[in-house]
Amino acid sequence: MKNTEPEKFGAHSRRAFLKSLGTVAATAATAQVQSVAAELEKANAEKTVGPGAVPVTLTVNGEKLKLMLEPRVTLLDALRNYSSLTGAKEGCDRATCGACTVLLDDLPVYSCQHLAIEAQGRDITTVEGLAKDGNLTPVQQAFIQKDALQCGYCTPGFVMSVTALLKKNPRPTADEVKHACAGNLCRCGTHPRILQAALQAAGVAVAGKTEVIDYA
Amino acid sequence: MPSWPANTKYISQSTQRIDAPEKVTGRARYSSDIQADGWLYGMILRSKWPAAKILSVNLDKALQIPGIKAAVTVKDFPQTIRFYGEEIAAVAGASKQACLDALRAIEVQAEPRHEFVVREGDAIKDNSPQVWEGTPNAPAPRVRETGAVDTAFPECAAVIEGFYSTPVQLHNPMETHGNTISWTDDGVTAWASTQGISSVRDGLAGALKLDHSQVRVITNYMGGGFGSKLGGGVEGLLAARLSKEAKAPVRLMLTRFDEALAVGNRPSSFQKIKIGALADGTLHAFELENYGTAGIGAGADAGGGGGGADIPAPYIYKVPNTRVKQTAVAVNAGSSRAFRAPSHPPASFGMESAMDDLAAKLGMDPLEFRLKNDSNEIRQREYNIGAEKFGWNEKYRKPGSSPGVVKTGIGCAGAGWPAGGPSRRTQGEAQINPDGSVEFRLGVQDIGTGTKTVIAVVAAEMLGLKPEQITVKVGDTNFPPGPASGGSTTCASISPTVYDICDKALQQLQTQSGIADARGDNWFAACKKLGVTPLVVPGNWIDGLSNRPAYGVQFAEVEVDTETGLVTVKKVLGVHDCGLIIDKLTTESQINGGIIMGMGYALYEERVMDDLSGVVLNPNFETYKLSGIGDVPEIEIVLLNMPERGVIGIGEPATVPTAAAIGNAVFNAIGARVPSLPITPAKVLAALGKVPPPTVSQT
Repeated sequence: MKNTEPEKFGAHSRRAFLKSLGTVAATAATAQVQSVAAELEKANAEKTVGPGAVPVTLTVNGEKLKLMLEPRVTLLDALRNYSSLTGAKEGCDRATCGACTVLLDDLPVYSCQHLAIEAQGRDITTVEGLAKDGNLTPVQQAFIQKDALQCGYCTPGFVMSVTALLKKNPRPTADEVKHACAGNLCRCGTHPRILQAALQAAGVAVAGKTEVIDYA
Repeated sequence: MPSWPANTKYISQSTQRIDAPEKVTGRARYSSDIQADGWLYGMILRSKWPAAKILSVNLDKALQIPGIKAAVTVKDFPQTIRFYGEEIAAVAGASKQACLDALRAIEVQAEPRHEFVVREGDAIKDNSPQVWEGTPNAPAPRVRETGAVDTAFPECAAVIEGFYSTPVQLHNPMETHGNTISWTDDGVTAWASTQGISSVRDGLAGALKLDHSQVRVITNYMGGGFGSKLGGGVEGLLAARLSKEAKAPVRLMLTRFDEALAVGNRPSSFQKIKIGALADGTLHAFELENYGTAGIGAGADAGGGGGGADIPAPYIYKVPNTRVKQTAVAVNAGSSRAFRAPSHPPASFGMESAMDDLAAKLGMDPLEFRLKNDSNEIRQREYNIGAEKFGWNEKYRKPGSSPGVVKTGIGCAGAGWPAGGPSRRTQGEAQINPDGSVEFRLGVQDIGTGTKTVIAVVAAEMLGLKPEQITVKVGDTNFPPGPASGGSTTCASISPTVYDICDKALQQLQTQSGIADARGDNWFAACKKLGVTPLVVPGNWIDGLSNRPAYGVQFAEVEVDTETGLVTVKKVLGVHDCGLIIDKLTTESQINGGIIMGMGYALYEERVMDDLSGVVLNPNFETYKLSGIGDVPEIEIVLLNMPERGVIGIGEPATVPTAAAIGNAVFNAIGARVPSLPITPAKVLAALGKVPPPTVSQT
């Protein structure tokens, strides 16, 4: 195994590899098929790490996290099981429930579908990184005020999806909120409250439709 | 007789969930987040056969995988496997990756049994393979008869017959089942994702042959259960045994895949209903033949409280002449468990569908038909309030008379939740410190319903403090015992208990401090008089402050696209009675949740078994579909406030009538009954005669 500086994986890993592949492929068009295979094998071998643990450095909530991880370890696994950042939850481990949503450079992603090693060099924000100096964000405050959570296991994922939406689109419509949260599941049935919380955090006044009638 | 205060500052108001800040910041540590010192990852090897005899299991190669510290088998051999996904062995290791490798390295010698049955309709036949060898899959039906059914039907002016079915529904809590367990010489500590810390403690102690005092169960936060997390499960025992062998704590959480196989479900129902009414619309005769499956647990105690598949019939109605025949049929699939209002949603769907079909035959408005036949005074009032809010009279059209391609329809249905009621054995204590801080400790657990907040609200009201001044500790078997969170009992159990603790605390504070009324402004002065010794006050559930049952009705409005068969729920109105409301905010959240889960049951959810291979075909969220935020309709809630009834749970009644109301709205829209849940586009098109009925249906 080539001992590569972990910081360099972020710059060189998949994107760089695909780029180099493009060059190789273009050259290959005029070359012998066998030599293409040989070139690819050589290119692969140079960039192969693992299967054993390799040093990986993640930038999470503005801090460097230095870990020893097998390359097959997902970002979610790295956060939850190799560090104490258990805010991102594992609900399905296959990109369907959204409980593991984190921000990668402000983009909401399923952390169960990213390899930790590929997340190097990116700014990773988990739910633990939102509140600064104990001050909750407007999204977090709105979730509390609107009771946009019950068991709370899906909550970090929804909070991250709504946070990402409002960064990109500070005054979303209800449909835009629904679209942004389409990749998050909730089994307790908190959805109407999540919608209200997102709109409230965006400064759009919303009222619940509940009334109490005294029995007479 | 004790009574709730009349003018309240917090009770019946909206108080924010006291642990919400922990939940929105990720600080809340769920059972699956526990990182005990030196913890190991645990995983389970499951049967890939629906029926087999496991002759031997060799763990040697698994134990050689780097990082693996322990491996155990579930049973001695031979082990008889009765469903796809049954547990065979488990491993514990330093990482998930090591465990995945180890599971692949386990060598299993098995004789697959090619005779198995996974569909109810097949299993009930005489020549079906037997799930439990030597025992028929379905015991002879139990028959209950009142009046004279056979002579009553000819007396009816209108009679309908229908065959209504409901699927096996999976709980699928967002946090999977599992535990982190540490077993040392001092005993067992289990951080369990459970709805019942005491039942898990007793179950683990019994199975591991330990004293109850040697097992401590902690559940600070757990990610939903809906009835399926009342016991520690096979996974709990395996985690304990792995911990003992590895001499380290083991976190063993199930995968989403596992959730579909072995940790419970709602039994199916196949209801043949015949029902008749007299010319004036009075129900006169009713007959039901029903069977459903509770998996391998059919007819036996399934451990979770939901062993059988029987449903209450004729549900919430009184019919003078009835005959009810029911049986539960075993299939090679995971056992059922209690599931939010066990047996009620299927009962409601069958009966309320038949009610609307009969109303149509009588030419009656289905709401009017209900008001005529539902004698319950509270539901009568709820129907009247709901009809006005919903605009029933303005919106109602005869079934099938909605014009155009996309048709609209409305429907309604009622619920009663007679079970539950408070647990009279609930205990708790408060520690009042000389500095005025106060901590309540109850051995219950908060499954997302707001249990901690309820304790804080009641205590704040009683002591004249603010909810944020109350420290609430639950989820630990070291605290005074409380009930499992099941049957919508928790709120009605803990509220009077906290009342009693506060009542006693105020009396003792008065005695010790000499201050006549220690509440509110006097609180800190009175506490200061305690000197250096905190006051610990025990209390228990007392009569007169809580009640049962709970009644509710719901109205639904749908759009049905008659070209695609797609049903869109536009609006649901729930009118629910919850006696004295403790916290309006969390009450509303529970009703939202009940309605949304009921909508999933109506339109999307169904465990699908493959009869050729015996496997569950949809053990994931791509193919087992939950309602998403885009599916959720406008939900309007009316809380019927009846403080004089005392505290009543709301979690279960809120989910009961939704599917029936939606089903009836679909019938009203298209004029044809979709008698089978979930109401998929294919079934809608079949009901319209546009496509043949689905051939893979379990009927």
